[in-house]
Amino acid sequence: MSKTLFEKLWDMHVVMDIDSDAALLAIDRVLMHERTGGVALESLALAGHPVLAPDRAFATMDHIVDTRPGRGDATLMPTGTAFIQATRQGARAAGIHLFDITDPRQGIVHVMSPEQGILIPGITLVCPDSHTCTQGAFGALAWGIGSSEAEHALATGTLRVQRPGTMRITVDSQLGPNVSAKDLALHILSRIGSAGARGKVLEYAGSAISALDAEGRMTLCNMATELGAFTAIIAPDQMIFDYVQGRPFAPQGADWDAALASWQSLYSDPDARFDTDLRFDAADVVPMVSWGTSPQQSLALGAPVPTAQAVAGRDTAEAHARARDYMDVTPGQPVTGLRIDGAFIGSCTNSRLSDLRRAAAILKSRHVADHVRAICVPGSSQVKAQAEAEGLDRIFLDAGFEWREAGCSMCFFAGGESFGPQERVISSTNRNFESRQGPSTRTHIASPETVAASALAGVIAAAPVRENSL
Amino acid sequence: MTPFTCMTAIAAPLIRDNIDTDAIIPSREMKTVGKTGLKDGLFAGWRYLAIGNRDPMPDFILNQPGYSDAKFLLSGANFGCGSSREHAAWALAEYGFRAIVAPSFNPIFHGNCIRNGIVPVTLAIDDIMKLADAMPAPIHISLEEMQVVGADGTALPFHLPKEARRALLLGLDPIGQTLLEIDCIKAFLAKDALSRPWIYSN
Repeated sequence: MSKTLFEKLWDMHVVMDIDSDAALLAIDRVLMHERTGGVALESLALAGHPVLAPDRAFATMDHIVDTRPGRGDATLMPTGTAFIQATRQGARAAGIHLFDITDPRQGIVHVMSPEQGILIPGITLVCPDSHTCTQGAFGALAWGIGSSEAEHALATGTLRVQRPGTMRITVDSQLGPNVSAKDLALHILSRIGSAGARGKVLEYAGSAISALDAEGRMTLCNMATELGAFTAIIAPDQMIFDYVQGRPFAPQGADWDAALASWQSLYSDPDARFDTDLRFDAADVVPMVSWGTSPQQSLALGAPVPTAQAVAGRDTAEAHARARDYMDVTPGQPVTGLRIDGAFIGSCTNSRLSDLRRAAAILKSRHVADHVRAICVPGSSQVKAQAEAEGLDRIFLDAGFEWREAGCSMCFFAGGESFGPQERVISSTNRNFESRQGPSTRTHIASPETVAASALAGVIAAAPVRENSL
Repeated sequence: MTPFTCMTAIAAPLIRDNIDTDAIIPSREMKTVGKTGLKDGLFAGWRYLAIGNRDPMPDFILNQPGYSDAKFLLSGANFGCGSSREHAAWALAEYGFRAIVAPSFNPIFHGNCIRNGIVPVTLAIDDIMKLADAMPAPIHISLEEMQVVGADGTALPFHLPKEARRALLLGLDPIGQTLLEIDCIKAFLAKDALSRPWIYSN
């Protein structure tokens, strides 16, 4: 019988059926960070439940760890140190792998995991973090959970899972120059809305998806949680296998050969059926930017802010008015040209080496506008080291960017560092919610190219069309 | 987890779409490494006049007369979107909320509700607006009958997956339940290690 990729992964992991639409699923990898993982580890220890498979559990420091040079356990977030120390103690006591603050492998969980070969095709992987869908890009069933579910996965090696529905988005033809996976993600969000894939396993397919590199695929899958999806997934191909091979936690030797043989069957059969099947044309995608306070409130760079009537199918009149007021924009007005106060490159969406390279290509030998505070935060200590080996740090620093240690940083405001009230920020992050990057800050999400070009111009601006190389 | 069978209480209308978990409990309000001490941070950005203080914002629904005993929340679409932080569910539960009624929920938040004794009730927005128009007045939510009964007596049926309903009705501890199947889990793992050895050879 024909199966979707999701159905193959599901069937492979069913320990037992609970009822007709729920099962106990084996969980191959559990990942944690200090914001939610410490709570789970502490609570589990208090309940007296040991971790069933500590070898297959990993913890990193990313969410509230300081990103300024010379950092230690101290963090700008009030009481943040307690989270860092509880996670460290909990991870050590449980015997799970820990990528601590000074570990060269430390990084944002969804950046670090693929780098280390923790993420491999065909696995189930969970993390108490909504952007865990990023890791579906390699053909794994990877999804975000709460702390209680993390405790459950650690204690039992399983999760009780309601079987999600399936959805496929096929994107054919090719993305144009200067149009990236982030633009594609925002394009899809602007078309189908922030609940457009609610509860579904969303498989991305088509020639434009195959043409994305591993990092672009991760960027695209990263934003699936903003569509309300259970997770996203892309069938792995030779490019992914090549990416995985030789990484520290990836299978080696005979294990590698057996794994590879297994992974080659990880695709949706040609006549497999999806609950929902949508098509997009990559040629329709242009550089995008958000105008409102939900990722679905995004538009083509240069296009006017829509009227409430134009988006009545997705935004209620109240939601539209609220977003407009908060962002201080008017229907009919283009977002391009709005003066910005801040520019941020980082986060699990767009902080990988390729992202930094593309931004640096735009910044090289230029300087950000005087009134703009610009910050670059590499996604992992490894990305940072590689970027420095290539000299990218010099390009960012010479352009007037701050160059930070790896972490989530100002992707969100945790009570410490933030942009200022009413400040307008262009950001390579994933969320433009009210006060996301600081109390009353106004965040416009966009690609790293657009962030770099806007930082230079001092206003929201399109990147020049050029080769994506230095 | 406290079981839920049925309850009659006031529902506070906070009808906005896309209420995210940062809004339910801002990251800065997650001060302790634990699941408690969060209720003062609930909706902090909307509930108080300024960050850091606790002076009530008069316009905010939970600060208005008649809503101090609200146990249910009425809201807009895509409730609980954004960060997976379970602190959102912990804060709502600690404040006293036992059910959220919305046209749709974010999947992770939906799961977090069930594990913390909060019933995620899905109703059409028109029905929710009618309930909201009659507030403050008690409504009845029954998980046994799977319906919401409005102040005017109108019964509105809702759906919840079987496993979720059972967990809420019985107040089950999922880890305890699953550990009853540990032999089955270990048998699966032993068999799986033969067919996918690379999963287990870290």
